[in-house]
Parts: sequence; C-alpha cells; structure tokens
Amino acid sequence: MEAIAENTPLLLQGIAYTVALTLLGYVLALVVGTALAVCRVSPIPPLRWAATVYVEIFRNIPLLSLLILISFGLPDVGLRLPYFWCGVLGLTLSSAAFVCENVRSGINTVPVGHAEAARSIGLGFFGTLRYVVLPQAFRTMIQPLVNVFIGTVIGSALCSAIAVSEITWVTQTLNIQYAQAVLMFLVAGAVYLGMSLGGAALGGALERAVSPGGDSERGRDRKALDVTAGAQA
Amino acid sequence: MTTTSNSATQVLFDAPGPKGRRRILLLSLLSTVVILGLIAGGLWQFAENDQLDPNKWVVYLRVDYLAFLGRGLLGTLQVTAVAAVVAFPFGLLLALARLSRFRLLRAPAATWIEFFRGIPMLLVVYAFLLALPAFGVTLPRFWMLVIPMILVSAATTAEVFRAGIKAVDRGQHEAAAAIGLGRRDALVHVILPQAVRLVLPSLILALVTLLKDSTLGYVVSVNELQFQGKTMVSITRYLVQTYVVVSVIYIVLNFLLTRIALALDARMKARATAG
Repeated sequence: MEAIAENTPLLLQGIAYTVALTLLGYVLALVVGTALAVCRVSPIPPLRWAATVYVEIFRNIPLLSLLILISFGLPDVGLRLPYFWCGVLGLTLSSAAFVCENVRSGINTVPVGHAEAARSIGLGFFGTLRYVVLPQAFRTMIQPLVNVFIGTVIGSALCSAIAVSEITWVTQTLNIQYAQAVLMFLVAGAVYLGMSLGGAALGGALERAVSPGGDSERGRDRKALDVTAGAQA
Repeated sequence: MTTTSNSATQVLFDAPGPKGRRRILLLSLLSTVVILGLIAGGLWQFAENDQLDPNKWVVYLRVDYLAFLGRGLLGTLQVTAVAAVVAFPFGLLLALARLSRFRLLRAPAATWIEFFRGIPMLLVVYAFLLALPAFGVTLPRFWMLVIPMILVSAATTAEVFRAGIKAVDRGQHEAAAAIGLGRRDALVHVILPQAVRLVLPSLILALVTLLKDSTLGYVVSVNELQFQGKTMVSITRYLVQTYVVVSVIYIVLNFLLTRIALALDARMKARATAG
C-alpha cells in the first residue's frame, strides 16, 4: 500500500497519460475513419482505392509493430516526434481503419430504399449521406464503435513499450522498485477495466437515447454487420 | 446502377451524366495527384535521410537474412498455433458455461470473459513475467507469452462461440426436442455442429488477433518475428528497413487470413440464402 501512497502523483500522471492517449487516439480515429469511409463509398475511384489500401494495411499490421515503426523508425527518416505523439499517431492510424470498416458496414445496414428515396427527392451524394444514411447508420454503429474504443483503451497499453509513461509503464516501473507485482497489476487492471466498462456503459446509454421506441421491431430487417468489422487487436 | 444492387453504398450516387462524369474525372485526377504527391513526399523524406540506398534493402534477399527472419516467423506461427489450439476449445467451454442453466457456472464464466476482454494483454504478460516469480513459479519464456494469449483469446472467442450458439435457428432446438433428444444430446449433436460452422470465419479472424498479439514476444524476449527483428536491428543497424520488412510480413499474413475468412463467410451466406 505504501507503494501507492508514496507515488500517488506518478500514478495519477500515468492514468492521465492513458486517458489522454486513448481519448486523443479515439477522437482522431473517428474523424479520420469517417473521412476514409466516405472515400470508400465515393464515386471517385482513386479515393476509393487509396482508402481500401489504407484499411488493408492498418487493419492487418500489429499495433506494436506500427508503434515501433513510428517511434523508432521516423527519427531515421528525419521526423522527430515526442513519444507521446508517436503513441497517439499509432493509435489513430490503427483505430481509424476499424472505424472506417464499421462506418462502411453501418452504411450498408441502412435499407437501400431509404438511400433511393433520398436520391429521388434530389439529394446529392453528400446530402444523402449527411441527412439520411449516416444518421440511421450511426445507431447500428454505436456498439461496434464502442468495441473500437475498448480496442483503443487496450492498445494504449502498448505505448509503454515505446516508453510513454502511461499507467502500464508506471506500474511496471514501481513494481521493479517495490516488488509489489500483484498490487500493481490490480491498480493498472482497475484503470483499464474502469475505462472499457465505462465506455461500454456510455455507449449503451447513447444507444438507448438515440433508438426510437419499440426498437426490437426495427432492428429485424437490418442486415447483420460485417464479420470483420468487430475484430481488433 | 444495377437493379439487383442491394446495399446502400451503391445508390448513393446516380450513374453520372456527361457533366458528372467530367467532374468525377477531374476530381479523380486531382486526388491522384494529391495521393502521388504524398507518396513522393514520403519517398523524398526517405531518400533525403539516406534510407532508400538500395544496399540497405537488397540485403533482405540474402539467404542468411531471410533464414534469420524465417526463424522468427516460425516462432510466430508456433506461438499462434499453440495458443489457438488451447484457447479455442477453452473458449467454447467458457461460452457453454456462460449459457448454462446453473448460476454457479454462469457467474464465473461471465466474470472471466468480461475481465480478460477489458484489460490489455500486455498487463497479463507483465503479471506472468513479474508476479509469478515472486511466488516462486518460473515458466519458460515461451509459456510466459502463450499462456496470457490463451487466457485473453479464450475470453474473446467465448463471445464468438456464444454468438454462434445463439444464432442457430430456434427450430433446431424444437426439432431436436421433438425427436426426443435431451438437452445435452441436442447440444452436442444438433446445435454445436451448426454453431461451430457458423463461427468458422470469426475464428479465422481470431487467428489474426492472436498473430498480432504474438508480437508481444518483443517485450518478453520470446523468439518470434517482431523480437527477431529487434535482434536483427541490433546487429545490422538497418532499423527502418528491418521493421518495414517485418511489418510487411505481418500485413501479408493477416491479409491472407482475412481474405480466407471473408471468402468462407460469403460462401456460407450464399448457401444460406440459396437453401
């Protein structure tokens, strides 16, 4: 216990770094991922191809490999970033690929008639997406996007391998100092569980808030989401 | 657009007229220029810092370099295979426990699953690396990586199996009951065979996750590809090159596995709608 009492500021700083990594990575990933998804469904072939290549690369590269490549590789090509921002960049690049896939498959769950109806009243590509398809797709996307959030929380732990002093790094450093492995494991575990369960609860609440009444009826004719959309490491 | 198209992405825009086609062409050219510009900028940055020197790249075609990385790849595949062989059946058991009638089975299984899905595997690895020795338990390094992989993967695949079991049509339960099968017989002979087939694509994707998780061998010094890359960097000093080659190997492997999973999924969906 004294290990915690004596190092409260350090632990709090670790928690702050974990939260900052996760939130920055996730929010940026939402923005980049949505933009990529729009590219993937757009009528401009080069944008479609570029977004597809992006997704295939960053969905399939292990996050640790990506983080190592960014933090140790970039200085060798003349780009110096603080390790913290390397972590944010890695998390963003990786999570954006999953966000893109989820948004795209979410778009596909919107009944095709709705898009047709939007087209027939004269809405263009962006109008159809903005006013008709995305708002509906968003509802089916909440759960998968919560999964991406949890993936980002879990992924932020890997930043300790590139010397970002987030909670995993802090607890392991203290562990070497105090040899209180179980206690430190519990502290870090509680932080991660709190964040992922908190995110899940928030997502659940959001889902209930935006779903129109008697939802079970509506969900039925929606197609199931892609199998790949949820898989993340 | 074809009349048979049935996904929203295909009706977001009309078949373009002459004006629209011109605009698409213009935007295509513009985006091509931007994309090529970005790639060129990246390459220029590499060249500027002397990282494009062919001598630094062709070494990866030498037999001894390939053999060195090959040993790492072998390690990766071994770790992944062992973890999968133990974790998948374990995951199935957890799923069955979570769906069981008995609270005594349900509660621990649910706790296990939620716990290991909510914490990073790295933390589990550290627990094995640092906490167990404190209790006098020492394991070979290989198992320090594989056991955490099993614990975490069992939890995630349990959810996959649970979804599969729930996805089996209700009628199958009723039919099994109608021909006089008990709960257990129905489960073993009717439900599970169908559920396992349903989740096969997702299990292949679980392999992708395991393959990615195996990179943590880098942290615990288990001889797998990422760690072998680290060793190689310390010998050759070709940092960017080595890690790029290693990452490309992972990307290709995972890409192929994902393709197989998608093909399998599409085939099963096609069969389901046909039958």
